[in-house]
Amino acid sequence: MSSDSSSGDKPDQTKREFLYLTAGAMGAVATGAVVWPMVDTMNPAADTLAMATTEVDVSKLEPGHSVTVMWRGKPVFIKHRTAEEIAEAKAVNVADLRDKQTDEERVQKPEWLVVVGVCTHLGCVPLGQKETDAKGEFDGWFCPCHGSHYDSSARIRKGPAPKNLAVPPYKFTNDTTILIG
Amino acid sequence: MLRAILAIALLAGAPLAVQASESSHTSVIPDVQFSFEGPFGSYDKAALQRGYKIYRQVCSACHSMKRVAFRNLEALGYNEAEIKSIAAEYSVTDGPNDEGEMFERPARASDYFKSPYPNDNAAKYANNGALPPDLSLITKARFGGASYVYGILTGYEEAPDDFTLMTGQHYNKTMSGHVIAMAPPLSADMISYEDGTPQTVNQYAHDVATFLTWAAEPEMEQRKKMGVGVIIFLLAFAGIMYATKRKIWADKH
Amino acid sequence: MASGNRTPFKNPVVEWVDSRLPLFTLMNKEYGVFPTPKNFNYFWNFGAIAMFMLVTMIVTGIVLAMNYAAHTAHAFDSVERIMRDVNFGWLIRYIHMNGASFFFIAVYIHIFRGMYYGSYKQPRELLWMLGVLIFLLMMATAFMGYVLPWGQMSYWGATVITNLFSAFPVVGESIVQLLWGGFSVDNPTLNRFFALHYLLPFVIVGVVFLHVWALHVTGSNNPLGIDVKGPQDTLPFHPYYTMKDTFGLVVFIAIYALFIFFMPNQLGHPDNYTPANPLVTPPHIVPEWYFLPYYAMLRAITFDIGIPFTDIVFIPAKLGGVLTMFGSILLWFVLPWLDTHPVRSARFRPQFRIALWVLVAAFILLGVVGGKPPEGIWVILGQIGTLYYFAFFLVILPLLSRKEKALPLPPSIHEAVLQQKKSVGVQA
Repeated sequence: MSSDSSSGDKPDQTKREFLYLTAGAMGAVATGAVVWPMVDTMNPAADTLAMATTEVDVSKLEPGHSVTVMWRGKPVFIKHRTAEEIAEAKAVNVADLRDKQTDEERVQKPEWLVVVGVCTHLGCVPLGQKETDAKGEFDGWFCPCHGSHYDSSARIRKGPAPKNLAVPPYKFTNDTTILIG
Repeated sequence: MLRAILAIALLAGAPLAVQASESSHTSVIPDVQFSFEGPFGSYDKAALQRGYKIYRQVCSACHSMKRVAFRNLEALGYNEAEIKSIAAEYSVTDGPNDEGEMFERPARASDYFKSPYPNDNAAKYANNGALPPDLSLITKARFGGASYVYGILTGYEEAPDDFTLMTGQHYNKTMSGHVIAMAPPLSADMISYEDGTPQTVNQYAHDVATFLTWAAEPEMEQRKKMGVGVIIFLLAFAGIMYATKRKIWADKH
Repeated sequence: MASGNRTPFKNPVVEWVDSRLPLFTLMNKEYGVFPTPKNFNYFWNFGAIAMFMLVTMIVTGIVLAMNYAAHTAHAFDSVERIMRDVNFGWLIRYIHMNGASFFFIAVYIHIFRGMYYGSYKQPRELLWMLGVLIFLLMMATAFMGYVLPWGQMSYWGATVITNLFSAFPVVGESIVQLLWGGFSVDNPTLNRFFALHYLLPFVIVGVVFLHVWALHVTGSNNPLGIDVKGPQDTLPFHPYYTMKDTFGLVVFIAIYALFIFFMPNQLGHPDNYTPANPLVTPPHIVPEWYFLPYYAMLRAITFDIGIPFTDIVFIPAKLGGVLTMFGSILLWFVLPWLDTHPVRSARFRPQFRIALWVLVAAFILLGVVGGKPPEGIWVILGQIGTLYYFAFFLVILPLLSRKEKALPLPPSIHEAVLQQKKSVGVQA
């Protein structure tokens, strides 16, 4: 408003400046207090957060087969791996990998691989869950969108994806029941 | 200037006058005190738990409450483990499983209260054609709110001599038209309270009304707390703005 | 809007923009130095308050729309999910719900101010008519918005109001089917109401823009109703009216907040917390309070209009009610030509002033009647109120235009303000 606020000998001027500043600050606080709730409505709601776990019974899943379940709106691949697939995954030289992880770091029990079925490149769902699917060059999964190949531990081996398929938090509530989330 | 302000106040108050004159109804709604009334009111957690107990053991036999989930019980003061074990007492239908069949499983915290009937028609059929309303929003869906619920539960009387009731009907002074299909649901000592609260119909009704108000307005405590802050802030802001306005206008008036 | 003569700004960024698109010059001209009569009272706050409410409704409405499902099977549940599960959903919904009421309060006061001080008179006729158009659009928007939660009152309100159109002869039934997209209020109806409820506020923004533009062409009216004669009669809009408007706005918001936080459902009807049921009509269908006076006028016409003592009917009661209701607002469009008295402000028109206050009383009475069941004394009162309402516009105003002798007008705003200051000084 006025540039000569330095002149403290004008009490009237100072009072006006003070009022302007206070009013402006309160207006800013009010605006902030109104904007935050509006933005926060876009965060996950209470019912969405409550549905954040999924329980899967895998007792009927044969070795070599896999199942896809929904968890937080995303597909999760659960694969009952065969002995060959486990051996294959373990034989890989970790130092050669783009995202260096041993197979042991990625599973809780070697025969059960649990990963989020979302390609780490741009979010497509890789193929490889069905018998007839393309499984890529490394006997795991293959993302048709941009050609990323994942191995039998769902690690990235070839193609543009930067990371291995993510392992979600999960635990075995008994030998054949997995609780994801 | 003052006259303009008075006129504005009069005009702005008109909708309230219109509204107040509108909420007339035939039923007798008792004047009951609740802890959640007023701008600083909050829910009495013990009453909520007792009310929930009555809902579970009495009301839920006929009335659904499908907008409330077990996870919401946290607001009643239950912890996660308690909620899990309460939920696990109920079984809910889930599915279809891999074979395409629906199956029963114990309820989880994220599940909603189980309805006593599969659908409205089944509910009507089981209750002589009268539909027991869902109770999730009942205190917001009736004039009088919690007092109305209390009034219904305590309002059963002998019908006056000149009043004819058909079979399956009961006389209730709070019910609009005084005819209600629900038999008196509460009687003294039917539910045992562990905290020594008197086991009377009035106390039961009061606790259920509290619980149902919470179910309809779970946000109330947060709302009122926030409201007090907002009003104080706005009054201060208005004061500052008034001072600013006066300062600016000082040389013009 | 032309760039015209521009004073350069000191700030280089502002100057860069302004020399290419004179936004800052425009803002400064229309809201900075804009010459505004210096004798406004607090009634002149309500234009700005209505503008604030429009923005509030649009912003909260968009947030709600992100969580709302326009389907008969999901609408009620999605609103309850907003109330229970969405972060701050209850707050946004209560702001929006009560916002409709407070928007109408602000606009009703704004309209009253226009009538009291003769703001509709030459040269502001078009400004006034644009305002009436905004009000009509608001009514349509509010009505359709009330249907969206799909409660009992939503459903039955929609049924009753859409059925009004069936009163028109020959085409009535077809119009109603067109509005419904079926044979009753149902999913297609809900869907289109949602689409239109989202669209119309932006149409309102457009008309508000024209309304404000027209205002800035003619300049504001003022409590004395006399024209601005020179710079001594005005003050720059900023800071005088920006600060005064902000003060009034904060007071208004405080009252609004009282409702949002402490009695959010006071202005609503409990029946709308029961999901819509096409098989059960609530015993007593009432619209929201801001529609009650019109609803009363709709129901006031309980008789057929024709040649007395014969069976010849020109206008059946149903059509008569509908025409009365629509006519009550359409009349406002021609108000500048019904009241042609040369003096604007009611301050100098004692007879007009009384007639107008009686109109306000009649309007409030109609509001009360609209909320009552249509029986007994309420029917008569509704008819009296309606009669006065129409008589005011069609008989009293033209009559007063010719007969009323106005009090002497002050020579200028400036002198009137000085005079008032002096008399206040003498009292003190």
